[in-house]
Amino acid sequence: MSAVVRLSDVHKRFGAVTVLNGVSFEVGRGEVAAVIGQSGSGKSTALRCIDALERIEQGTIEVCGHAVHDPKLDRRALRCDVGIVFQSYNLFPHLTAEQNIMLAPTCVKSLSKADARTLARDVLARVGLAEKADHYPEQLSGGQQQRVAIARSLAMQPKLMLFDEVTSALDPQLTGEVLKVMEDLARGGMTMILVTHEMSFARKVASKIIYMHKGTVWETGPGAIIDAPQTLELRKFVGGEM
Amino acid sequence: MPTFTLVHLEYLSWAALWTIGLSVIAFIGGGILGFGVAMARIAPSRVLRTAAMVYIQLVQGTPLLILLFLIYFGVAILGFNQVPAILAASLGLTIYASGFLAEIWRGCIQSVPKTQWEAAECLALTRWQRMTRVILPQAIRIATPPTVGFMVQIVKNTSLASVVGFIELAQAGKIINTSIYEPFTIFVIVAIFYFLICFPLSTWSRSLERKLNVSGR
Ligand SMILES: Nc1ncnc2c1ncn2[C@@H]1O[C@H](COP(=O)(O)OP(=O)(O)OP(=O)(O)O)[C@@H](O)[C@H]1O
Ligand SMILES: [Mg+2]
Repeated sequence: MSAVVRLSDVHKRFGAVTVLNGVSFEVGRGEVAAVIGQSGSGKSTALRCIDALERIEQGTIEVCGHAVHDPKLDRRALRCDVGIVFQSYNLFPHLTAEQNIMLAPTCVKSLSKADARTLARDVLARVGLAEKADHYPEQLSGGQQQRVAIARSLAMQPKLMLFDEVTSALDPQLTGEVLKVMEDLARGGMTMILVTHEMSFARKVASKIIYMHKGTVWETGPGAIIDAPQTLELRKFVGGEM
Repeated sequence: MPTFTLVHLEYLSWAALWTIGLSVIAFIGGGILGFGVAMARIAPSRVLRTAAMVYIQLVQGTPLLILLFLIYFGVAILGFNQVPAILAASLGLTIYASGFLAEIWRGCIQSVPKTQWEAAECLALTRWQRMTRVILPQAIRIATPPTVGFMVQIVKNTSLASVVGFIELAQAGKIINTSIYEPFTIFVIVAIFYFLICFPLSTWSRSLERKLNVSGR
């Protein structure tokens, strides 16, 4: 099985601070990987490196056949294959939900307005927001905004989806609706990497757990490692979280 | 003893139109040039960024009066005939406006959160698409009040165009004064004209600001 994502020995520094200190892991097609770990362990940075938002100093990253570490990387081609959703939604405030979604397909894939609108309606329906197409972000709840952000990424038909703590800014009752969308995606066969603090969700949906500690992958394995950690650090982390 | 009459008022009205015309030219010219400089100021190329910064510093650091002199006499030294007053005045005010508008707009563009750039980048938009479809529409909302506010400065500064022989409101006032010598009456009326041009702009700018604050987030 060829991996959709392969990181090997990735190093990333911010000034004098080494944030990623030799990170290696693989995520295969259709796999759902949950990245967990303490605050500051480098989870977001790892995710950002995968989408070429950060330049790495050492190591290699291959994503959907793109050599991300290569200075000659075609970033736009990479971003056509990879969708990313952030904690802070980052919807475009001057555009409606539908226009947010239509923007990239019309600009990047040269879809006609009509086709893009059909596509937008389709992805909005998938996240359960068909009736909110004409709402502006400020007219939507946090959970709804986050689902629009997911729909916006899905409209580009990515081969890989990255989620960085997408429910951390949400109330518990809104968290559920976003997690459900992600669960549906996982069940639909989407390859996903999600950084999350929702242990029970990770346990339920993820086929692989990647526990990061001090800028390295400290422990990795199937969901079961959450119940039976091998390392003291993960045991402490899981104990503290639950 | 001649006094201020309707004829003088008519003369001032014409001059006021020139003031407005010169302001419009300076705003459009300065806007186009200033937009280009603002873009260069935030360009990926370091050379462009530095060049734009030097331009802005030079323009902002030169009194408009000196700028106008430089253009008016400088062009003559280069071997051309003396430039027509309107051309020198338009060029001087255009350069002046571009230096300030570039800096105002750069600030507005950069006040759009970085996360918006990043979100657009992650959707595979080109740099130009990010700018025109995501950043500028948001920056324009932020930029409108200070831009309209700066238009008031342009209107008032057109009065300096008289030094290159351009007859606008202030110069027209001076001309009338030499014939009838009623400086107080004349310049009060001139001031009223300026006020009538600037007041709607300031009011507009304030109301835009209020609207932005209401719908702002
Ligand atoms: N742009 C940056 N410049 C400097 N330091 C940074 C930058 N981004 C992250 N860091 C540092 O890198 C370290 C890891 O950050 P990162 O955001 O990857 O952690 P994280 O595991 O996602 O944490 P959290 O759970 O709090 O989101 C932190 O110490 C952070 O301060
Ligand atoms: Mg993080």
